[in-house]
Amino acid sequence: MSKTPLIQIRNLHANAGETPILRGLTLELFPGEVHAIMGPNGSGKSTLSNVLVGRPGYEVTGGEVLFRGKNLLEMDAETRAREGIFLAFQYPVEIPGVANNYFLRTAVNAIRSHRGQPRLDAIDFLTLLREKMKLVEMPEEMMARAINEGFSGGEKKRNEILQMLLLDPSFCILDETDSGLDIDALRIVSNGVNQMRSPDRAMLVITHYQRLLDYIVPDRVHVLSKGRIARSGGKELALELEEKGYGWIEDEAGGAS
Amino acid sequence: MSSPEMTTPMPPTNAAPEKPKANAELERLASQDYKYGFVTDIEEDRIAPGLTEDVVRLISKKKNEPEWLLEYRLKAYRRFREMLAENPAGPEWANVHYPKIDYDGIVYYSAPKQKKKLESLDEIDPQLRETYGKLGISLLEQKRLHGIAVDAVFDSVSVATTFKAELEKKGIHFCSFSEAVAEHPELVRKYLGSVVPYSDNFFACLNAAVFSDGSFAYIPKGVRCPMELSTYFRINAAGTGQFERTLLIADEGAYVSYLEGCTAPQRDENQLHAAVVELVALDRAEIKYSTVQNWYPGNAEGVGGIYNFVTKRGACRGFRSKISWTQVETGSAITWKYPSCLLIGDESVGAFYSVAMTNHHQQADTGTKMIHIGKNTKSTIISKGISAGRGNQSYRGLVKIGPKATGARNYSQCDSLLMGDKCGAHTFPYLDVANPSATVEHEATTSKISDDQLFFCRQRGISEEDAISMIVNGFCKEVLRELPMEFAVEAQNLLSVSLEGSVG
Repeated sequence: MSKTPLIQIRNLHANAGETPILRGLTLELFPGEVHAIMGPNGSGKSTLSNVLVGRPGYEVTGGEVLFRGKNLLEMDAETRAREGIFLAFQYPVEIPGVANNYFLRTAVNAIRSHRGQPRLDAIDFLTLLREKMKLVEMPEEMMARAINEGFSGGEKKRNEILQMLLLDPSFCILDETDSGLDIDALRIVSNGVNQMRSPDRAMLVITHYQRLLDYIVPDRVHVLSKGRIARSGGKELALELEEKGYGWIEDEAGGAS
Repeated sequence: MSSPEMTTPMPPTNAAPEKPKANAELERLASQDYKYGFVTDIEEDRIAPGLTEDVVRLISKKKNEPEWLLEYRLKAYRRFREMLAENPAGPEWANVHYPKIDYDGIVYYSAPKQKKKLESLDEIDPQLRETYGKLGISLLEQKRLHGIAVDAVFDSVSVATTFKAELEKKGIHFCSFSEAVAEHPELVRKYLGSVVPYSDNFFACLNAAVFSDGSFAYIPKGVRCPMELSTYFRINAAGTGQFERTLLIADEGAYVSYLEGCTAPQRDENQLHAAVVELVALDRAEIKYSTVQNWYPGNAEGVGGIYNFVTKRGACRGFRSKISWTQVETGSAITWKYPSCLLIGDESVGAFYSVAMTNHHQQADTGTKMIHIGKNTKSTIISKGISAGRGNQSYRGLVKIGPKATGARNYSQCDSLLMGDKCGAHTFPYLDVANPSATVEHEATTSKISDDQLFFCRQRGISEEDAISMIVNGFCKEVLRELPMEFAVEAQNLLSVSLEGSVG
């Protein structure tokens, strides 16, 4: 494990629209680490992921985020993506008329150009695409279809993981990737994610349920409550939460503030 | 037209906090210059403004026309005067709005002065050549890399036609309309006004009186035209109208693919362009007619720009003849055009593929008419409308199945894509079916590029501009793929330039 953190979030305060959601969140991830973020609805899990990727509509009101030592909050959304931050969306959007493979190649080449790597031509890209599609068990005909159009919930999530595999990010955020997945899809998605685990990469796995963490085993588990981290622990914390719910942590957090 | 209307009014926008940034981006990109807005300083032969019988006679005389053609013009002129008296504002049924045009204030003839008759293309005025060079159109055959024959129309006259001799070897006549009148009078006389009669409508009637030049092509029996034919229209002179006339005839079993492109300088005044295009396809002939229309659209405040009031119609006269219209309409302040097919021959096929884009204050009322007369005739309509800024556009289409058109089939699809919250899209499909065995299908959708779609693309490293361009090209691809290869690329670029960032 390297000595410098990949991402440092310090005392982050942020609004979603006009509403304050994050109230002093501090978190560090080192390369190679997988952290899980759990917490009840409204605790700020999605706001955290949206703020990190620079989604419009979220306003940072205090604190800072350093990504590889650079001020992340100054970058626009596409620059953050090109710098290596990837969000697997909870609700992947459909884009009718735009073929999946065309979209993926455009994205891969945008990121490669940013890294000073040569663009991939159609043939090289297809080779790469086929290799990655196998990892998430996606049939080839899905690539000619429009982005996510008519995909099932599970197919959309697999498509997200496929994008992650292709774009080769250094920091991955998985926003409730397990929601709406059956056991088979969960296994496939988790396999894809586990393929991505490497000493150079960190992941933030946001989930409601400990079930996902049986497949993607985290190094650390954090519980978010009222916009800050109320408790951190090892993977056993997730099991404890499964048993006892969030109430006891919320009470503690409430008492502390 | 009095059938029920289906209107898709401007939908309410979701008040996502995204707006300000995207709007700023929109404004930045929308202010991009119209790249063809330059003026060529060239000596003109122009007549005084105004529309009189003498003007019509003068135009005819300048062009050394035969008596029958002058008579045709004069009939049209008289009919136009009647129409103008009945309705001084011109036709008002279209969903477009503009101040009344002063038809007596327009210059009806302007031509670049050339010292003598040209012996070869190398003798073209270098300034003219340069103008077409700036437009990316080389008129010199030896410099042309791909096999596309070009007729270049500058203001009122055709200045050059390339590959003429080579085409003549196959019996193909491709020349300016004026040359056709001189060299192939029998063909012009037989077909002129046979698809669009001079009295057809207000603007077609005006055109029939004062048309100046345009392109003419005749493909003889059984000949497949070996290259794309194209015409580039350029309006240069101020205060003039452009009234070109195009006539294409594909004889039995012939095939031709034809493309027209249009640009004009940037001026604060509105200029009238009222063209007529007539196509005739005989037995088993096929004509593919493609347009990339990029007349000056006016500035961001809606000042200036071309009024593009055009009548285009093709007659599938023969058995199994085919005519397809493909258009990419990105320019003009106002577009009023309905390229149509008369499906007369049994088993004839008509198609209309259209992308119309309106940004800023542009208005477009465009669509088609498919008139099924023969048995087992078939038509396809694919219309894609993109509206951004304060652009307003309407699809207006008529599918008419005559009593004898047993087994006729039509499929229509009209999709609208809205960007921002100040634009509009409307659909006016008219159906008139007089034969019970006909099958007519109509599908329509309206969509909007959402903030979520744009953000999704940006999170994958794709800039907002590229994302919009990708989504728009995806939206239009069924139409773009109908264009000849070279022009599909040109059209895609044009759409990107016209649309980049025009989303909120």
